[in-house]
Amino acid sequence: MTSNEKRTPDLAPVDASGIGALETRQHSKMERRDFLKIVTAAAATVGLSSSAAVEMAQAALQGLKPSVIWLHFQECTGCTESMLRTSSPGIGEVILDLISLDYHETLFAAAGHQIEAALHQAMEERKGEYICVIEGAIPTRDGGVYCKIGGRTAMELTDMVAKDAAAVVAIGSCASWGGIPSAAPNPTGATGAPEILKMANRNVPVVTIPGCPANPYNFLGTVLQFVTMGTLPALDEKLRPKFAYGRTIHEHCPRRAHFDAGRFALKYGDEGHREGYCLYRLGCKGPETFANCSTQHFNEVPGAWPIGLGHPCFGCTEEGIGFEAPLHATANVARPTPPDTYPPIEGEPGAVSAVASGLAGAIVGAIAGGAMVASRKLEVGEAEMLADREAQKKREG
Amino acid sequence: MTTDRRRFLGGLATVATTAAVASVPGSAKASGKKEPSPTAVAMLYDTTLCIGCKTCVVACREANGNEPEVRDGMHDAPMALSSDTRNIIQLAKNEKDEPISYMKKQCMHCLDPGCAAACMLHALKKDEKGVVHWDGSRCVGCRYCQIGCPYNIPKFEWESANPKIVKCELCKHRLAEGEIPACCEVCPREAVIYGSYAELLAEAKRRIAAEPNRYVNKVYGETDAGGTQVFYLSHVPFEELGLPDLGDHAVPETVRNVQHTIYKGFAAPIALYVTLGFVMMRNRRANEAREAAEAANHQE
Repeated sequence: MTSNEKRTPDLAPVDASGIGALETRQHSKMERRDFLKIVTAAAATVGLSSSAAVEMAQAALQGLKPSVIWLHFQECTGCTESMLRTSSPGIGEVILDLISLDYHETLFAAAGHQIEAALHQAMEERKGEYICVIEGAIPTRDGGVYCKIGGRTAMELTDMVAKDAAAVVAIGSCASWGGIPSAAPNPTGATGAPEILKMANRNVPVVTIPGCPANPYNFLGTVLQFVTMGTLPALDEKLRPKFAYGRTIHEHCPRRAHFDAGRFALKYGDEGHREGYCLYRLGCKGPETFANCSTQHFNEVPGAWPIGLGHPCFGCTEEGIGFEAPLHATANVARPTPPDTYPPIEGEPGAVSAVASGLAGAIVGAIAGGAMVASRKLEVGEAEMLADREAQKKREG
Repeated sequence: MTTDRRRFLGGLATVATTAAVASVPGSAKASGKKEPSPTAVAMLYDTTLCIGCKTCVVACREANGNEPEVRDGMHDAPMALSSDTRNIIQLAKNEKDEPISYMKKQCMHCLDPGCAAACMLHALKKDEKGVVHWDGSRCVGCRYCQIGCPYNIPKFEWESANPKIVKCELCKHRLAEGEIPACCEVCPREAVIYGSYAELLAEAKRRIAAEPNRYVNKVYGETDAGGTQVFYLSHVPFEELGLPDLGDHAVPETVRNVQHTIYKGFAAPIALYVTLGFVMMRNRRANEAREAAEAANHQE
């Protein structure tokens, strides 16, 4: 984690006893223990200690719930749907106890001018403090006319909301780098939120949580850390939290041993597939896809992720792989490691093979033979020269 | 005339050989066996502890910035030491093709290295710790070191426009920072360990003494090839691991003896030139005599 020093200064010292007060809150029937469990799980996801979880709980209790404004653009709402189906913490706890969800088109009962008013109110009241969540790609072609809400294009909305946000979180591959809407031929010029903010020169911290859908835990962990600690998790060069996207799927894959041993499923339903062998030859993109799906399955259901269900990883988090590389084409291995086979001991060092010595002998022989012939010729030449000289002498004599 | 020349040349060769051979024993002491420096470090590999996990191979790559060797598109699977692989785990098998031992191969850091002796510009040399390392600023790329090494360790970057000699340098960049070689650091069973030369030699002997049935009764590297700074303990004969029986003399010792003898006091070259001068004088006189005789004949 980046630092625990930048804690929100007005937080009370850690005191778990106050958390009991939660029971008095009208909208929640949560037990203190359940609440702590939820927060601890969320804290553990981002690698924070359980005392940090208590601080998170304190922060939530003292009404320091972060305001979240959630924007929807070119997307399927899959990220929201998968959020809705997460159970620990459930969406109810999240939006009522952990965060203050002030604008969300899918979840809000309001519509039209009413919801527009809610958006502007939230932006005014918590200016510079709210978190802007963006779900969906942003079309740029033809002035961005392909996605408009309340008369504003997605580009305008992004800039409008993000410019006064404390942080921007792009959830899902669409918002992170374009996702499905940006797949070739990308007719709307769809692009991710970081690119739009860069174009608009907005200097606001951006975190991307790619995935199709993004794993809700990675999103919640990031948001809760920001709320509690005032810090963002350590990010990689693609602005992804390292705790979730620091390693490839392959590195923690439960089928990894089969990969190293060279045991592959070659067809869906063949013997190898039924035995649970490695899916690499079926086109698994795990070796080049940076995500934590292999350790953090979806919605607390063990095995609820593609490889767990017997399907190759699709590479949905990776720009240039998901929705671009053919589904059943084999992947490039980002970090190759040794197989579980071994090279043999090499031949005796310095030993010369029979063929090599034979060849060397032949060469030496040829050189020696050639030299001999040459010297003979020289001798003959010398004798001839002497004979000539004798003959010349006789003629002269 | 012909007989004379042949006899003379034969005699000359005999004299030269006798001179060289006669003075070898005397100079052997002068060039002598190289001893480890007081600050010498070492590595000890124990085949009975190695589990073949290849963590050391991966750690070596990362520590030295070498690219993985991928042939099947999937695995980093080097077959032997190469310009990208300074350290490798190989598997020794018996005649029945059954695995008998793992073998970790890397530079032996000889006390008297053949590569350093072969290098004409001292691009390869030993530092105060005894680490045999390569200095690119002196190398001309002749690759004599590859021929000079009895263990076939130094590798050449054939595919590079600015090729380097690549070999294990005992992670000397890590040693400089107070760390130990990467392979020794990551080994999960301490099958390969790093320490001072004296300590590790003592440790190797202690292990053999404590469990004589576990090991071949020999620390490979104590005396082999004049002594190395990498020691091997094994439960199978060392030849099976590809460690040749090179005797107790360092490879450069013999060469040095011969060369130092021939050039001792510059005696041999002087003798050679004196002899050649003598031959030339003799031939010249003979020619002059013959020409004088011919001239006399001609006048008649």
